[in-house]
Amino acid sequence: MSGLEVLTSRAGELRAKLGEQVHLGVAEATFDEAARIAESSVKRRGRVFDWDWKLDRILTSRIWGFPIMLGILAVVFWLTIKGANVPSALLADGLFWVEDQLAFAFRSVGAPGWAEGFFVHGIYRGLAWVISVMLPPMAIFFPVFTLLEDLGYLPRVAFNLDRMFKSAGGNGKQALTHTMGFGCNAAGVIATRIIQSPRERLIAIITNNFAPCNGRWPTLIMLATVFVAAAFSPSVGSIVAASTLVGIVMFGVLVALLVSGALSRTVLKGEPSAFALEMPPYRKPQVLRVFYTSLIDRTLFVLWRAIVWAIPCGALAWIMGNTYVGDLSVMAHVSGFLDPFGHALGLDGVILLAYIIAIPANEIVVPTMLMAYMNVDRMIEIDNMVDLKALLVVQHDWTVLTAVCLMLFSLLHNPCSTTIWTIYKETGSKKWTWVATLLPLAIGFLVCFLVATIWRAVG
Amino acid sequence: MKDRFDIDRTGHDYVVALAGNPNTGKSTLFNGFTGLRQHTGNWPGKTVTRAEGTLRYEDKRYKLVDLPGAYSLIADGQDEQVARDFVLFGKPDCVVIVLDATNVERNLALALQILEVTGRVVIALNLIDEAQRRGITVDAEKISQELKVPVVPTVARDKKGLIELAAAIADVCSGKAVAPSRRRELDPELESAVTELERLVEAVVPGVPNARWIALRLLDGDPSIEEGLASGEFATPATPTREGSGKPSEVAS
Amino acid sequence: MTLDLLRIGEKAKVVTVNCHGFLRTRLADLGLLPGTPIQAVTRSPMGDPTAYEVRGSVIAIRREDAQLIEVERER
Repeated sequence: MSGLEVLTSRAGELRAKLGEQVHLGVAEATFDEAARIAESSVKRRGRVFDWDWKLDRILTSRIWGFPIMLGILAVVFWLTIKGANVPSALLADGLFWVEDQLAFAFRSVGAPGWAEGFFVHGIYRGLAWVISVMLPPMAIFFPVFTLLEDLGYLPRVAFNLDRMFKSAGGNGKQALTHTMGFGCNAAGVIATRIIQSPRERLIAIITNNFAPCNGRWPTLIMLATVFVAAAFSPSVGSIVAASTLVGIVMFGVLVALLVSGALSRTVLKGEPSAFALEMPPYRKPQVLRVFYTSLIDRTLFVLWRAIVWAIPCGALAWIMGNTYVGDLSVMAHVSGFLDPFGHALGLDGVILLAYIIAIPANEIVVPTMLMAYMNVDRMIEIDNMVDLKALLVVQHDWTVLTAVCLMLFSLLHNPCSTTIWTIYKETGSKKWTWVATLLPLAIGFLVCFLVATIWRAVG
Repeated sequence: MKDRFDIDRTGHDYVVALAGNPNTGKSTLFNGFTGLRQHTGNWPGKTVTRAEGTLRYEDKRYKLVDLPGAYSLIADGQDEQVARDFVLFGKPDCVVIVLDATNVERNLALALQILEVTGRVVIALNLIDEAQRRGITVDAEKISQELKVPVVPTVARDKKGLIELAAAIADVCSGKAVAPSRRRELDPELESAVTELERLVEAVVPGVPNARWIALRLLDGDPSIEEGLASGEFATPATPTREGSGKPSEVAS
Repeated sequence: MTLDLLRIGEKAKVVTVNCHGFLRTRLADLGLLPGTPIQAVTRSPMGDPTAYEVRGSVIAIRREDAQLIEVERER
C-alpha cells in the first residue's frame, strides 16, 4: 500500500473509534486556551453588556417588540416616500428637459420622425422614467436600511420573527431577506446568501417577490392616494400613504408565509436547518461610510441593471403606441384583445398590457398605462390627483374594485427581469427560475380573479 | 497568474487574506486599506461574496482578499469552507485575523485554529473604541507574547492603527516575523491518535509545516483535506509571489 | 435540568450537549461546551427562540434545541 493509502485507512479506523469526540475534544482544548489567554489579557469594569441587554429586553419584549418593529418599518417607508418626492420631481424635470434638447438635436440634423420618436421619446424617455422614479427612493431606503444593519438591529428582527417563519418551513433570516426586498427584489435575492440551507434559501428567493420593491411603490402609493387618502386632508396624505403601504406589506408577508409553508410541504420538503443566530452588541453606526457604501454597492449596482433592462421597455412601448394597423395603434389592438381577460381579473386590457411591457421595470407600469388611456404617443404622468381620478374613473370605468385588484396584482405578480436574471445567477437553475417567475404570476391571477368574482357576486 | 481561487496576482508582490469572526469590522478594515481600489465578486463555484483590493505600502503592492466571516476552520457551511480552503490552499503570504476587542475570548478560538495552519499571522485587535465605551481594556502586548505574533490595536472605522498594521503585514510577508506553529495538548486518547497520524502524514508529504493540523482534520473526516492530500496540493510549499521581478509564482496544482 | 427551563436572567453551567450534526458543530464553534457558563438574556415575543450569553456573545437558540442541552443552575 502507498503511504497515502496507509494514512487514509488508518485515519478511517481511528475516526470510527473516536467519532464526534474529535471535534468536541479540539473545540474544548481551543476554548480552554482562548479563555486562559483572555483571562490574562482582558480587564472589565462592571457589567459590560448591561445596556445592550436592557435594550434587547425592550426590543424583543412581549408588549413592545412587535409595535416597535412595525413602527420602525413605517418610519423607514415614510422617510423614503417623503424624501423621494422632491428629488424625483427634480430629476424628472431635468431628464425631460434633456429629452427635449435631444429631440431638438435630432430634428436639426434632419433625422426621420420615427428615429426621433424611437430613440428619444421611446428609449430615452423609458430610461428617464426608470431613473427618476427608482433612484431617489432607493438612495434613501438602502442607506437607512444599512444604518439599521450597522446598528445591529436586524438580527433582532430575525429573532422576533423566527417562530413564524419556522412554522412556514423557513427561518428568521428569511424575514431579513424579505425586508431587503422592499428596496429591490434583486438585492433581496442576493441577500438570501445569509441562509445556509439550500432548500430554505430557495424558499426565501421565491417568496421575496411578495415584498413590494421601490419600483412598485409608486403604483401602490398612487392608488392609495387617489382612492384612499382622497378622503383625508393633504397634510395627512403621506402618513396615510405610508400606512397603506405598511398594510400591503403585511399582506405580502402573509402571502410569503403561506407560499413558504406550501412549498416546504410539497416540492421543497426537508428538515428545518440548524438555527443558532448570533445577536451582536449594538454599535454606533458610521453614518458617512454607510451612505457611501450603500450608494456604490446597492443603489448604483441595481440602477445599472435596471437601465440595461429598461431600454427594450421604452422601445417597445413607443413602437406599440406608434405603429398603426388600420386606424388603431398596435397598443390599442392588443389592449382590446386582452380586455376580457383583464376584466375577469378585476382589471382591464390596458393594465395587463402595461404590465407585460413593464416586465423589465415595474416603474413603467403607470406611465405606460396612462399613455394607452390617453391615446397619446408617448409615456406621460399626470401631476394632479383630481385629473387622474377623472381620467381613470370617469373615462375608463375604474372602480374601487379596480384599485383593489391592481394593488393585489402589483404585490403578487411576477418579478421584474432584473430579479429574474439575478435569481438565475444565484440558483444556477432554469427550473427554479421559471418557478420563481410563474408561481407569483399564477397566484396574482388567481387572487385577483377570486376577489373580482366574489366582489361582483356580492355587490 | 490565476489559481483555483481565480485570484489574479499580476502586479502584486504579496497576497494577504483577511479572516475573522462575522461582525468584527473586517470589511471596514478592508475598505480602510483599499479605498476605491477594490471590487466585489464571487468565489468561484460558490455564491459567497468576495472582495479583493490593493493595499500600497512602502513601494510594495499587497493583494488583499477579504474572506467571509467564519467562527472556525471546520467546514460548517459555505462561508467557513471558503475561508478555510483559502487559508490552507491559497497559501496567502500573510493572514490578518481581525478580532473584536469586545469579545476577545470567543474571537481567539478562530485565531488559535488559524495559527495551527500557518504562522504568517498578524492580529488586528479591532473595535477598541467600542471596548473602551464598555469599560473593557485589552492588553495587546500580552496577547502578542502568548501567541508570538504581532497584535495591532485598531479602530478601523476611524482609520486608526492602519499604518502600524500595514507595517506588521509587511514584516510577515517579507519573512521578518513568522511565528512557529502552535501545538495544543489534547486528551490522551485523542493525542495518541493524532500523533500516530501526524507521522503518517509526514511520510506522505515530507516537510509540510502543519502535519498535526492535517492529521486532526483527517481524524475529523474532513473531505477537502482528503482531496488535498490525494491531489498533492499539500506537496508544494508556500512561496511568496514576486511578479514584479519577472519570476513566475509557484502555483498549487 | 435542560436549558429551555432556564428563566430570563438566571445563570447556569453547561453539563452535556446532546444535539447532533450541524447544530452541534455550530454550537461548539460558538463555545457552547460542557463546563461553559451560560445565562438567559431575553426571549422572543413569540416565545421562541431564547437568547443566551455564551463566552461573551449572545446566541439565539430554539426551544427544541435547548431541550437537548443539559445544564446545572447556579445558586
